[in-house]
Amino acid sequence: MNLREFLKENRVYLDGGMGTLLQAKGLKPGELPERWNITHPDIIKDIHKAYFEAGSNIVCANTFGANPLKFSDDELEKIISAAIKNAKDAIAETGDIGNKFVALDMGSLGKLLKPLGDFYFEDAVSAFSKTVKLGAKYGADLVFIETMNDSYETKAALLAAKENCDLPVFVSNAYSEDGKLMTGATPSAMVALAEGMGADAVGTNCSLGPAEMKDIVSELLSVASIPVILKPNAGLPVTVDGKTVFKVGAKEFADEMIEYAKAGVRLLGGCCGTTPDYIKETVNATKDFPVVPLTDKNLTVISSYSHTVSFDKKAILIGERINPTGKKRFKQALIENDIDYILREGVSQQEKGVDVLDVNVGLPEIDEVKMIETTFFELQSVTDLPLQIDTSDPVAMEKALRIYNGKAMINSVNGKEESMKAVFPLVKKYGGLVVALTLDENGIPATAEGRVKIAEKIIETAKEYGISKKDIIFDTLAMAVSADKNAAEVTLSSLKTIKETLGCHTSLGVSNISFGLPERDAVNSIFFSLALENGLSAAIMNPHSKDMMKTYHSFNALKGLDDNFTDYISFVTENKEEPEKAPAKTEENNNDLQYAIIKGFKEKSAIITEELLKTTDGMEIVKEKIIPALDIVGKGFEEKTIYLPQLLMSAESAKSAFEVIKKKMLSEEKTGDSKGTIVIATVKGDIHDIGKNIVKLLLENYGFDVIDLGKDVPPEVIVETAIEKSARLVGLSALMTTTVPAMEETIKLLREKHPSCKVVVGGAVLTKDYADSIGADKYAKDAMESVRYAEEIFRK
Amino acid sequence: MAEKLIFDAPLVDKKEILRYMGCKTPDDAVLSLVEECLSEALPSLSYAVSYSVYPIKYKKDISSQGLLKHLSDSDEIIIFAATIGVGIDRLISKYSRISPTKAVVFQAIGTERIEALCDAFCDEMKKKYKCITNRFSPGYSDWDIKDQKLIISVTDATKNLGICLNDSYLMSPSKSVTAVVGIKNTETEEKNPCESCENAGCIYRREL
Repeated sequence: MNLREFLKENRVYLDGGMGTLLQAKGLKPGELPERWNITHPDIIKDIHKAYFEAGSNIVCANTFGANPLKFSDDELEKIISAAIKNAKDAIAETGDIGNKFVALDMGSLGKLLKPLGDFYFEDAVSAFSKTVKLGAKYGADLVFIETMNDSYETKAALLAAKENCDLPVFVSNAYSEDGKLMTGATPSAMVALAEGMGADAVGTNCSLGPAEMKDIVSELLSVASIPVILKPNAGLPVTVDGKTVFKVGAKEFADEMIEYAKAGVRLLGGCCGTTPDYIKETVNATKDFPVVPLTDKNLTVISSYSHTVSFDKKAILIGERINPTGKKRFKQALIENDIDYILREGVSQQEKGVDVLDVNVGLPEIDEVKMIETTFFELQSVTDLPLQIDTSDPVAMEKALRIYNGKAMINSVNGKEESMKAVFPLVKKYGGLVVALTLDENGIPATAEGRVKIAEKIIETAKEYGISKKDIIFDTLAMAVSADKNAAEVTLSSLKTIKETLGCHTSLGVSNISFGLPERDAVNSIFFSLALENGLSAAIMNPHSKDMMKTYHSFNALKGLDDNFTDYISFVTENKEEPEKAPAKTEENNNDLQYAIIKGFKEKSAIITEELLKTTDGMEIVKEKIIPALDIVGKGFEEKTIYLPQLLMSAESAKSAFEVIKKKMLSEEKTGDSKGTIVIATVKGDIHDIGKNIVKLLLENYGFDVIDLGKDVPPEVIVETAIEKSARLVGLSALMTTTVPAMEETIKLLREKHPSCKVVVGGAVLTKDYADSIGADKYAKDAMESVRYAEEIFRK
Repeated sequence: MAEKLIFDAPLVDKKEILRYMGCKTPDDAVLSLVEECLSEALPSLSYAVSYSVYPIKYKKDISSQGLLKHLSDSDEIIIFAATIGVGIDRLISKYSRISPTKAVVFQAIGTERIEALCDAFCDEMKKKYKCITNRFSPGYSDWDIKDQKLIISVTDATKNLGICLNDSYLMSPSKSVTAVVGIKNTETEEKNPCESCENAGCIYRREL
């Protein structure tokens, strides 16, 4: 029987532990169990046989660690073919009656992916792809991705399975005691990701015993529309007389499994410490209970690496600020590759309370595909909010979908054939909630009926691609009311129909409505409340607008969507108007900025600068106020009267003052003076970058253009960038003795290809002698010394 | 096979955090920053250790003289890996882009927390085995950092704790520790670990 068919109606029994049994047969600590497929095929086959005899329907071939990071291509092929053969032989010898299957087992690569670790997502996909291809070639019936404690690596494995075979794919994760994956995902987030990408079953195994998995399993069952997998350990291992043992016996284990079977878990098995006895007892204890049918939970949900956002009664706020449209400063940031600016826009919107961040980095002057990749990668290391991919370029869209760690929102598709043809296959492959605009080849219909009709067509077409309407959210297009007085009415009435008649969720870019009018916030916030009343599920909006946020929180409070008014009250408390600090006379203000920077008052520095700019030229403020303040602090640091944290607080305050000045100058089409360009990086193999970031901050304070290449940067990249930007100085950081050789290599290459460039180095393990021995021009013991050296170099 | 232990949050020692920040005389602004960062960091931390106990069968197989000396009084060792999880790494990487000052504080908090976890674990082991040595880790003295790989493997640290090694033998999560502790045959006083270190000017040096 076909496994997918078998899954529909039956409770499926999996196998139990392999590692513990192999250790009992003589596998030594540190020895790779996958080699036993070749060296001890009978032992492996007998274990599989014992599981089939105990009642398992699916056994995992002994391929948990069979990946190209551990084995050569040649050995990998031999191992996987032998492993699958061992399991198939076990089926043949126990009687093949059509209900026994062999899984290609895939565990973690043992590498943590970037940004937390050092392994590239695409490298993980390639590694898993090799294993999947071999598994399919040698006849596995399914791919079983298990014991992964990171959602991102799980996604890499799932993508590899989907791209390289048509076999059913199961996804099972190891959750920690707090009910989340080691890297943060909740069970709901894993279900969103796995279902979105078309997994056939989802669940949990390892780390915990059956008694400790109750909350995890009940969450999985409540959200999953596909079958749920459960493979607990035989309890938690404990050390007794210097030996580690599992303490839950087979009978006790099976008793625990009864409740799970009754609650609807469809695939039952065991993990570490369990044996064929555990499976036999579990089969006997549960086989007579009726199989709980699967139900479509019909949830509209997106996820990040940590949590889900569900579209339900309360509207979802999507921050619109990561978008260059109409924003000079943002455009400038994109052109200058100033990722930190984009990240700050993301974090500040999160602080204002949005649920999702819209990300649009398209600009004719830049390579959007490259930029969206960088932005998605970097944003996911500073925020845990789900992201909305906002682009009209399908190549950029796919790039973002691939590297996104979760189920993304996609903005957008529309009723044009061409658009649906480009976007729907991506939604199907990677999963996602797609925003559908109600326009088509004939433009935006002037009537509500016209827009609803397009929505219907979009739903029909999506269905042909296997995309359910729960994964479509309709945007009925808010158009400028100043151009057409009926614009708001048509948008609202089509919104209402789509929500009520078609049963779909809706979204609007709210701010468009007021285009061309003065006092836009007033119009926007009233339109927002009308839209909410008509059933709006999500709004793309500016969370820095107090009017919009007031409307949102008041609406929820009035509609009974804010229990005990918790959100409303905390919003009001956080936004209490502070009594206006009367700006003192100019003379005092001048002193004030200097004082604020020295004291490290970040926000105050920005406010004072804003005030000063009304009367004083930006460059004047820099020269007369900011630099003197920095000099005082820098000197204090060098004389050890103040410490690093205080130096940094001042530097950040200066930066916030600079940011205000930069914005003003951009609006006046002016550019500031740069003292010169410096390239900095943490060298290859090293992932520590706090020190490097401190140096960057201070160099920027002192007026240098700093190109920051990040951490773990290969020598070639550093050298190429230095040449391309004609940098006269390169700063390198390394924290570990093991990564100093990479620093030396970088310096050598730089001497060869870009000999006029100076090199300053720093980092915990370095000393002056060490720096001299690897050929650096300068060892800087701290950030201030780097600044002094840079000034010396560029003065010449 | 190794046993995994979960610990409650050990008490926070703010003095240690300030020491790791290299800030001996903090002003009010620094103190309130530490408070602010602590309240942001603590909820995202978890405290887990995975350990095994092994007899030392062949002392001649130990190539590190430093380790050998450290274990001279022991026939059994506890090998452990400990971590406070990836939460602190996320905060450090977030704030090194947004506010390097806070990144420095989170870095110090992470170091204080992982050391406090190791102390809590060793206290637990003291209850069980009475007399134990200080912790000794790959990279100390002449012990090759490459042995990190072996320790990760025998403590099941990747499976139990999610600890991975990169090509330079650095661990992620970064606030993780692997170490060996000797179970001593006789009761002797353990020394201040900074005492044997030659780096006299070190800002992190513990008072002797």
